[in-house]
Amino acid sequence: MALAGNPNAGKTTLFNTLTGARQHVGNYPGITVDYKEGNFTHNNQEITITDLPGTYSLTAYSVEEVVTRDYLVNEKPQVVINIVDASNLERNLYLTTQFLELGCPLIIALNMIDVAKDRGIEIRAEKLAELLGVPVVPVIARSGQGTETLISQAILQVTQEWQPRDISYGEDLDEAIMELIAIISENTFLAHTYPARFTAIKYLEHDDQILQKGQEDDSATAARLEKNVTQVSDHLLKTMDAYPEAIIADHRYGFIKSILRQGVQTHSFDTDRLYTSDKIDKVLTNRLMGPVFMLMILFGLYQFTFSWSEFPVSWLGLLFGWLGEHVETILPDGPVKSMIISGVINGMGGVLGFVPLIMFMFLGIAVLEDSGYLARVAFMMDRIFRIFGLHGSSVMPFIVSGGIAGGCAVPGVLATRTLRSPKERMATLLTVPFMNCGAKVPVIALLIGAFFSENKAMYMFLFTLISWAVALLAAKFLRATVLKGEATPFVMELPPYRFPTLRGLAIHTWERTWQYIKKAGTVILGISILLWALMTYPGLPAATKADYEQQRQAVTSSFAPEIIAESSSEKDVVSEEAQRLRQQVIALSNQESEQALRNSIAGRIGIALEPISRLAGFDWRTNIALVGGFAAKEVIISTLGTAYSMGDVKAEASDSLGKRLTRDPNWNKVVAVAALIFIMFYAPCFVTVVCIAKEAGHWGWALFSMSFNTFFAFLMATAVYQIGTWLG
Amino acid sequence: MAEMNLRQMKKDQSGIISSIKAGGELGLRMREMGLVPGTKITIQGRAPLNDPVALRVMGGVLTLRNNEADHITVIVDDND
Repeated sequence: MALAGNPNAGKTTLFNTLTGARQHVGNYPGITVDYKEGNFTHNNQEITITDLPGTYSLTAYSVEEVVTRDYLVNEKPQVVINIVDASNLERNLYLTTQFLELGCPLIIALNMIDVAKDRGIEIRAEKLAELLGVPVVPVIARSGQGTETLISQAILQVTQEWQPRDISYGEDLDEAIMELIAIISENTFLAHTYPARFTAIKYLEHDDQILQKGQEDDSATAARLEKNVTQVSDHLLKTMDAYPEAIIADHRYGFIKSILRQGVQTHSFDTDRLYTSDKIDKVLTNRLMGPVFMLMILFGLYQFTFSWSEFPVSWLGLLFGWLGEHVETILPDGPVKSMIISGVINGMGGVLGFVPLIMFMFLGIAVLEDSGYLARVAFMMDRIFRIFGLHGSSVMPFIVSGGIAGGCAVPGVLATRTLRSPKERMATLLTVPFMNCGAKVPVIALLIGAFFSENKAMYMFLFTLISWAVALLAAKFLRATVLKGEATPFVMELPPYRFPTLRGLAIHTWERTWQYIKKAGTVILGISILLWALMTYPGLPAATKADYEQQRQAVTSSFAPEIIAESSSEKDVVSEEAQRLRQQVIALSNQESEQALRNSIAGRIGIALEPISRLAGFDWRTNIALVGGFAAKEVIISTLGTAYSMGDVKAEASDSLGKRLTRDPNWNKVVAVAALIFIMFYAPCFVTVVCIAKEAGHWGWALFSMSFNTFFAFLMATAVYQIGTWLG
Repeated sequence: MAEMNLRQMKKDQSGIISSIKAGGELGLRMREMGLVPGTKITIQGRAPLNDPVALRVMGGVLTLRNNEADHITVIVDDND
């Protein structure tokens, strides 16, 4: 059986109540709308139920609607449970009328009767069932009340054939529909999938998907129908000044009203009465206080995501560090060991290190989403984001990605799922990586600390503002070029505030986190190994290695034997002489690492790119670091360290590297700004890229994101460097 | 009784929709949310920057951008 209904009608709650944890998420090929399937047992009968996306009608304007419609006509579920919100019955029944016309075996779950009762709305379910001609079962999805009866009743419906129902659309249209049906029946047009009347109505509604299917099925009949429809439309526009689809909608509501008026629904209070939810809104969306509360709530979410996840993240870090050390002692030296430690373990650490972050963020968003607050955020922010071709709901991904410096683009990209408008969503998806994520912050801090130490905080804030400005302008640019198109209508529901259910939150959070692990994990591991190889191969020739070994021997043998013994001991504090020996040996090893890095593929790429990167003031060392930054932005620091023969520089303690850079002739304030700009805006780290590919449903967008961002960042950096140098 | 554009309506003012001149996706989205001639609406409030607007329609609350609200004319009571 299938579960369908309006968004916010309690569909997912009912699904969770019925199936508990016995559900799994699937994907329709090529699109990003998920469907969920779950199982449960009723009277020893195993039942599979599909949770269809929430929709308000069955047109072809959004993916959700097309998915729902295609599922119904292609999979022909044995029975469809249509969940309707009793406190908002009139509008919810609009979708029901369309199911009736399609003719699928239907049963109505009248949800939230408790809420309706609180609002003084009394609904006589038997009367509604009698007038609609389908069973109606009152339920409370949150508590599970009535679900037993619902399922027993639903099973009784299973044997029924599809029986399309006729709703009258007024004299003019009914006549037109009869004519269309005559043509359709005569040619058995699309007869294997849709009832004739349904096809006729969809033709009158100018439904793109059906029109296209019609063309493919039988173009001659399709042409006849289209011509017929054009005549009817013209006539209606002339005589009634209305589109056929508007008249159809009017009559559907007329049909619903006529049913509700026959004693189905009675209000015992004034309909204008303010409900608790409206009272909360008086404060939370107040024109003055609303934005203040919003800032507080968003900042709270941000704190929750990034501060609370710190502990699990650092535990995971320790675990993988321990694992690395363990492998270090077990395996013999060689490429296999290096690959396992730097490629596999670091790669796994990279994938799993994000997991606590993603779980906390999704939990936070699930609370905001399930409580209904997220829609209010969109409502308040829409005016600003619309200027840039985005949607009010874009604010959440931007903030999570680093709108407040220190976020992360990976959960930010995943958070774009809350956007329902496709173009705005894609523009958000492609621009959130411009924000200053937590991995860029240490790099930015290093450069600011080294070159602008007098005003650190101010520069940090300035660069956060620049990232916002660039991201929003880039969104505007994308919406004017590759993602051109009308703004998706902002006709959006502000659902009543509700307490999220614990079960709902747990399922929501878990299923999204698991999807990340499953979908992104494997790809990320592969790329991580590839990047390791780029930085490692080809190794130094044997002769060079031997040369370094010899130099080390030479240095060592110049010291007295007891000093050598002391310096190779585990002790931290040693005599001055031994300290000197240690330093000399380390300096040699660092030199060797530098040369090895220079000789690797990544190093060669860096050197080959130098003629171009000179335009922005970058030498080959910076280039290698930037290539390494594709693995993860914080890698820029350690790679720079190696490239400057400073050994393994930790992101948390990079002062010495900063000092080294200020002394380097290739670096100055202008280069530093150019590098900052480049690092902020060039290709996102590959974990983000993989997530973009998965979210956009297409690798093309991921490639676009990499090349567009890099090109754009390079242009900006070059401009900064050239103008800066020219100005002196 | 006076007819006016939805954009001009004040907070807490109510009225009955008299006509909607919107086609395509926008028209559909309005209709499926219950915005059809004859429906009673009440302005619930406006966003901090005066746009979008929140309406009470049937049993729920909807949001509309001002340029979308322009397509809707409403008959309001004079004494409101």
